[in-house]
Amino acid sequence: MASETTKVLYGLYNDEEDLKKAVKAANSDHLDIMDVYTPFPVHGLDPILGLKESRLHQLGFTYGAIGASFAFGLMSWVFTRDWPIVFGGKPYWSVPAFIPITFELTVLFAAWGMTLTFYTICGLWPGVKAKSLDNRITDNKFCLAYDVTEADDSTVEKYRSFFSKTGADEVNVKTI
Amino acid sequence: MSQPIAPVRHVLIEGNKTYHNITEDLCRPTETTPSREWIVAFALSAAFLGLYVFAICWTVWKGIGEWGANRTINWAWDITNFVWWIGIGHAGTLISAILLLFRQRWRTGVNRAAEAMTIFAVICAGQFPIFHMGRVWLAFFIFPFPNTRGPLWTNFNSPLLWDVFAISTYFSVSLLFWYTGLVPDLATVRDRATGFRRKMYELFSFGWTGSAKHWQRWESLSLILAGISTPLVLSVHTIVSFDFATSVVPGWHTTIFPPYFVAGAIFSGFAMVQTLMLITRKVLKLEEYITINHIESMNKVIVLTGTIVGVAYLTELFVAWYSGYVYEQFAFYNRVFGVYWWSYFGMMFCNVVSPQLFWSRKIRRSIWWTFFLSIVVNIGMWFERFVIIATTLARDFLPSSWSYYRPTWVEISIFTGTIGLFFVLYLIFTRVAPVVAIAEVKSILKVAGSQYVEKARKEYSENPPTEESLTQKATQH
Repeated sequence: MASETTKVLYGLYNDEEDLKKAVKAANSDHLDIMDVYTPFPVHGLDPILGLKESRLHQLGFTYGAIGASFAFGLMSWVFTRDWPIVFGGKPYWSVPAFIPITFELTVLFAAWGMTLTFYTICGLWPGVKAKSLDNRITDNKFCLAYDVTEADDSTVEKYRSFFSKTGADEVNVKTI
Repeated sequence: MSQPIAPVRHVLIEGNKTYHNITEDLCRPTETTPSREWIVAFALSAAFLGLYVFAICWTVWKGIGEWGANRTINWAWDITNFVWWIGIGHAGTLISAILLLFRQRWRTGVNRAAEAMTIFAVICAGQFPIFHMGRVWLAFFIFPFPNTRGPLWTNFNSPLLWDVFAISTYFSVSLLFWYTGLVPDLATVRDRATGFRRKMYELFSFGWTGSAKHWQRWESLSLILAGISTPLVLSVHTIVSFDFATSVVPGWHTTIFPPYFVAGAIFSGFAMVQTLMLITRKVLKLEEYITINHIESMNKVIVLTGTIVGVAYLTELFVAWYSGYVYEQFAFYNRVFGVYWWSYFGMMFCNVVSPQLFWSRKIRRSIWWTFFLSIVVNIGMWFERFVIIATTLARDFLPSSWSYYRPTWVEISIFTGTIGLFFVLYLIFTRVAPVVAIAEVKSILKVAGSQYVEKARKEYSENPPTEESLTQKATQH
């Protein structure tokens, strides 16, 4: 999918409230939105777009658990099996002393794991060329896009009348 | 306008800005040629960085004997400076993580620069323990890995090793948090740039488009990173304090150290944020984004944490007396009236007395007072670490080994040199990335922009809400 080009018909709105109204209108007209692009996270957009809550935090927990087990397991193995040494008359398996490093590695694994997952699932990496529809989307325009690669003229016309009805400031076509 | 604004809200973005104005104002510093002030500041910082490089080469070539640290006072300026820099770093994480969890909107004006400050301060801090090792080419021994030295592992029971893990985790997690926040703003700069600059920003913005799903994940990631950075930042200075507290040295072996170190870290960090922000907002003309309200909020944190630190100092003295333990009592008598009495009184004045001035609203909202006191607090917090480390060691268990410590030119050069390193990094940062988080400021515009807040205040005064209208509103939401 990624290498294929997509022909996109998009409208730019001047305010996030106009965009939200447009998304609601698209929902009631049963139009299939390709994506919505905004300069900042617009709250209240996810439910009306039908986006499910991100599951990143569940993964974060998993990565953290891996980090904790790795740290605690390694320290336990080193000090009881591989090379047991008595430090200050303490038991070989001195659990309280392992807590700080276990905690740090939990955080380290969770943070790196989640961040790398975030970039991977979003397809964001150095060298990725942004499939940007308009330079002003990262500035002050709120964009609603329809995929018109395989759309017939009547569908395109329907989208255009939708944009004029919902007060889009500008409507353009771009192949990305 | 969808969100209701309480008329008591502070204005956090002045000058009736639109979204486009925000983009223009915050991208401008990366797009114009550097000002004369910037060039002068950069040249000066680079000169100090050069001094740092020279002093470090000297240390590595000649050995640690070139420092004033001796067998009695074996932790001296190096560890003082290490703790000082690490402490400064803490404010960045506090602003970006803890204030995000508390939904404090004023964080958006200062979080980016404060996080950058964290990263640069940790880089400076890291220099000291590394070069204090002496044979710096063996520094990698601090990391546990299967090796050819026999199965020789690090001592996982040692607080010094906990520190290695804490600080390296802190550095890398702060870097991820900061950079992930920066990606959408780099995309903004990218979309305005042309030619070679555009290519560079394309590379560094990772192909960001602003898609709704990406924003959702981005917010989710930021929130969880904030959630795990909060205990992380508390753990870092707790573990730094363990370096002292788990020893058996009187004056160090106390359970008050972790909370007192953390409060001190936030205190000194906010002072450094103030110093930097006051200069940055003036030089980059960002007064409308980093307002007096932001400065006042940070001063409130300073007066709170300064007071906590003051209470900790007095508690230490009280507990030393109350313990009835003569060695502990001597340690504190020595701290206050011993050979380094001047550093104790310097610390008390700078950290406990001076921030109390911030109880006055007028002083809290005065730029000059804030700038002056932020420098005083930074000096005071440096003294605190010096008092804890040098005065305690100078009078140890054996009177025959008592000694006095004076820094040599090498240590002074390394310390001032790290300040140069810090400012070189910070000044480069102000040129290549937006110092205020563009997307986050835009997201609070409609609740904290001057035109919106003033409109809400006007509506409120012209048409004060009745009980009936409030009930109606409550049922609506």
